[in-house]
Parts: sequence; C-alpha cells; structure tokens
Amino acid sequence: MPRRERRSVTGVERVGAYTLLRLDRGGLEPGVPGQFFMLEAPGRLLPRALSLCQASPGELAFLLDAVGPGTEALCALEPGERIHVFGPLGNGFRLDVERPLLVGGGIGMAPLPYLATRLGRAPAVLGFRSERHAEAAALLPDAEVVVEPRLVTELIDPGYEVLACGPEPMLHAVAAMCPGAQLAWEAPMACGYGACYGCAVDVDGELKRLCVEGPVLEAA
Amino acid sequence: MRLLNASGCLDALTAPGVARSLDGFVTKTITPLPREGNAPPRIAETAYGMLNAIGLANPGRERFLAEALPQLRELGVPLWISVGGFVAADYAETCAALEDVEALELNLSCPNVDEAADSAAEIVAACRAVTALPLYAKLSAAHPDLSEVARAVAAAGADGLSLVNTLRGMALHPRTHEPVLARGQGGLSGPSLKPVALAAVHTCYAATKLPIVGMGGVAAGRDVVDLVACGARDVALGTILFSDPDAPTRVRVEIGDADLDEVFGTAHESAAVHA
Ligand SMILES: Cc1cc2nc3c(=O)[nH]c(=O)nc-3n(C[C@H](O)[C@H](O)[C@H](O)COP(=O)(O)OP(=O)(O)OC[C@H]3O[C@@H](n4cnc5c(N)ncnc54)[C@H](O)[C@@H]3O)c2cc1C
Ligand SMILES: Cc1cc2nc3c(=O)[nH]c(=O)nc-3n(C[C@H](O)[C@H](O)[C@H](O)COP(=O)(O)O)c2cc1C
Ligand code: FES
Repeated sequence: MPRRERRSVTGVERVGAYTLLRLDRGGLEPGVPGQFFMLEAPGRLLPRALSLCQASPGELAFLLDAVGPGTEALCALEPGERIHVFGPLGNGFRLDVERPLLVGGGIGMAPLPYLATRLGRAPAVLGFRSERHAEAAALLPDAEVVVEPRLVTELIDPGYEVLACGPEPMLHAVAAMCPGAQLAWEAPMACGYGACYGCAVDVDGELKRLCVEGPVLEAA
Repeated sequence: MRLLNASGCLDALTAPGVARSLDGFVTKTITPLPREGNAPPRIAETAYGMLNAIGLANPGRERFLAEALPQLRELGVPLWISVGGFVAADYAETCAALEDVEALELNLSCPNVDEAADSAAEIVAACRAVTALPLYAKLSAAHPDLSEVARAVAAAGADGLSLVNTLRGMALHPRTHEPVLARGQGGLSGPSLKPVALAAVHTCYAATKLPIVGMGGVAAGRDVVDLVACGARDVALGTILFSDPDAPTRVRVEIGDADLDEVFGTAHESAAVHA
C-alpha cells in the first residue's frame, strides 16, 4: 500500500553526472522494481516522480538527473532535511521472467539496480551520452556499457526477455526489436495516483493514465 | 461546512481512501459523449500555480451511468455529479438521467473546451425543468460582471453556486519560448487563485445569498476559514490533493475548533467593503 511520510535525507552523493539521494525508509515499502514515488521538491507546488533505485532495510535511494527546478531542488537537499515521500505507486516490472536482460538508457538506469537485486543475477546493458554520465554504471557492476555514438540497442541479443527504461526513442527502438518487452515510460505527472489525468499516454490507441496503467507497459 | 474535492482533482475509484476522507465526492465533469481529452503534454507547473488542459477527459454519460456510478455508490460517500456539455439540452439530458445523488454541479466554465453555445442561465433553466436534485452552477471568475451571472442563474433556478473554476493561463519553455501545453493555453489553479476565489465568493454571496461551494487555491485550514468568511457554506480541495492526498484530514485538524458558523459571512460586515 502506498503511504505518505515525511522522511529525512541521509545522504546526497554525486554519481558521475547524476545524484544519488538517500532517505531513511521509515514505514515506506520499497514496492516492486519499476514502481515510483512522488517526492516533495522543496519550494515547488507539485511533487516529482522518481523510480526507486536502491532499497535497504533502513533506506530508500533515488538516482536523479537535475534537468529543471524540481530535480535541482531535490539534488540540493542536505542530510537531515526532511521531505514528504508518497509511494510506492503504479505498476512495476513483472519478475516472473526466465531469461531477463535489463536495458537502460541514461537516467533510465535508475530502476535497474533495485530490479537486478530482486531478480537475483541478471545481465544488463546500459547506454550513456558521455563518459561522465556512464560513471553511474558503477551502481550496476556487471553491466556492459556503451557511450554515444554507440547505442545500447546494439547490445541487445534476441532470445532474452527485455526489461527496459530510458528515453522514448530508445524505448520505441526496443519495442520494435523485442515484442513483449517490458518498458518503463515517463510522462509529466502532477499527482502519481490517478487524480489529475495529466499523465495521459497512448496505450493501444487510447489515451490512458500512465500512473495507473504503468509506468511499466508491455510492448505490443 | 462540508469538505469536498474540486471536480477533476480526484478519482474516487483509484483513491477510495481519499474520497472517504471527504464529506462528499465530486466527479470529473461528465459529457454526453466520451472524450479522450486534449493531446499531451496537458499539465505544467508555474511559479504559484499549475496549468491544466485536460479537456474534460471522461467516459461519457452512458458508460458513466452503467459502469462508474454503481461502483461509486458502493463507496458510501455522498456523490456530487459534475455535468458538462455544449448546448443546454446536453446538460439537461444528463441531469434527467440521474437520481439518488447528493447534488448536480453544472460545469458552465471549463476553459479547456470551446464555450457552450447557450448562456449559463439557459442551461440552468433547462436542467431545472427536468430534475428536483440540488443544482449548483459552477462559474468562472473571468466574467466581467460576475454578480449579474450569479443573479441570472439564481433566477433560472440554481440552488447553489460553485466558485471558482480555473482561469486561462499559459506557460512557455524557458529556452525555446514555445508553449509547454500541447493546446497552448490551459486553466490556472492552485495558490494564485485564492484571492480570485475570495473575491468571487464575496461578490456572489452579496448578489444572491445562495449557498456556495468555495474553491481555488485552498491548501490549509486558514484558506477554508477565509472562504467561509466571504460567504462559502462548503469548501472544495483541488490542486492541493495532487501533492497531498492527506489534505482533507490535515485541513480539518488545522481548522481545529474554530467556529465556522461564527466566521460565516464576517467579511461582509465592514461597511467599507463593496461587492
Ligand atoms: C514514473 C516516472 C519515474 C521517473 N523516475 C525518474 C528517476 O528515477 N530519476 C530522474 O531523474 N527522473 C525520473 N523521472 C523524471 C522526472 O520525474 C522529471 O525529470 C522531473 O519531474 C522533472 O522536473 P523538473 O522540475 O526538474 O523539470 P521540468 O522539466 O521543468 O518539470 C516541470 C514539470 O513538468 C513535469 N515533467 C516534465 N517532463 C517530464 C517527464 N519527462 N517526466 C515526468 N515529468 C515531467 C514535472 O513533473 C514538473 O511538473 C521519472 C518520471 C516518471 C513519470
Ligand atoms: C487537473 C485539473 C482538472 C480539472 N477538471 C475539472 C473538471 O473536469 N470540471 C470542473 O468543473 N473543474 C475542473 N477543474 C477545476 C477545479 O475543479 C477547481 O475549480 C480549480 O482547480 C480551482 O481549485 P484549486 O485551486 O484548489 O485547484 C480541474 C482542475 C484541475 C487542476
Ligand atoms: S499523474 Fe495524475 S493521473 Fe497520473
């Protein structure tokens, strides 16, 4: 069940071009990999959607790409500060896969460390836009990594069941290569729990709420 | 004072616990035919509010009556049905199809679809003719003479008013200066609406004395008290529910033992205040 709690920041670390934000876990459940949490972004009206990156008995950690005012405010938090956290929300990855391959593009690698932990051992391939961004691959030690101009889709071996998260063009390319792949999508979200209808995306020709139907959807 | 949600700001079927923490659940506006709504992106955050251009996404009257309404009844929360359309007959047909609900709220003021062809009073009169249920007319504060509209819908048979709907606004990308919303413009809600809501409730209470559901930027108990002082009998929570689904419970705690009957209408007592 999702809960909303005020949690303390326990750590803020740079990981290459990204930031890993650690919070004490309190009564929050980590949920299924691919589910997300709405984090209060200090000074902003609306919370921001973030995938759970790592879970330990005492902490939840989120990997952030500071792309605008909300993610910048979250990356500027300091240990001891407190923010409201609501989750876990949405539908995550199905874990009953026989030959999983994790595919991540850029900040889309965020849910993969927790996914890898929950699956046991699973091969992973990651693509980044620069060497500095690629330093985040340290969070997924056994992953094979490429940096642009090479694309992560070059590393996908047919015969695996793909679980992927990344920018839209990457997800479309993966969907075309791997029918049945589980893809984690993004959309602007105000609430994360079905209240605002802001996160509409096209699912099988119909606009549906990504926070309710997804964010993980199966490729047709 | 009943605490409600603002139409379009909660789905009781995906968040039944939040709906049960309110004194009534107001549905998203129901139109005669199903609507997918506008193309995404359809929300944007601004400094003191948010913009939405959802465009009345809803399953349409028939599916609402057959599928959603029976499920909503099972929640055991008093139901307010928000009714929309494009001509008076659209609204009246939906009103005629509804019974056993707490109230009907006629959405006469959505900035995200093209204006209804009939006037607010014509729509209210058409609905009044077909239902005995309490009818609330939801108005926009953007009208140049709000007290005149309020008097007209009162004369046409409205039992109450819902104030305010969003105001039209726009946000641009910081670098490209293109509109953030695919539709270009959208409805502004949240903190920046509160002074607008206070003025609209004040004006319409002075003009009609009808019961009013006040809304617009309510985030805390203090905002509820202010709306009641301007003449709101009931209050609805909108945008605050997106960041805080626990807001209904929190707001009640913040109101505490303030005597809302005592506060009611006090903003009208000073002779210097003009509607
Ligand atoms: C399910 C889900 C999981 C996510 N997981 C992560 C993660 O683990 N790490 C991470 O860094 N980012 C993640 N994101 C993206 C992150 O939520 C956005 O980058 C962030 O909301 C942008 O806010 P901003 O104020 O920094 O930037 P701005 O782009 O200025 O955002 C302003 C507004 O637009 C919305 N918005 C705009 N574009 C997007 C978008 N593509 N996705 C979501 N909201 C958008 C924001 O919610 C905000 O309301 C996730 C998004 C979703 C939907
Ligand atoms: C995302 C969103 C969707 C809305 N949809 C509707 C709607 O379907 N019908 C309606 O009458 N008002 C709708 N509104 C307006 C609200 O009911 C309310 O009048 C307005 O948001 C002001 O209150 P607030 O500032 O507390 O949000 C919507 C508002 C938002 C933010
Ligand atoms: S984010 Fe509000 S409905 Fe999905």
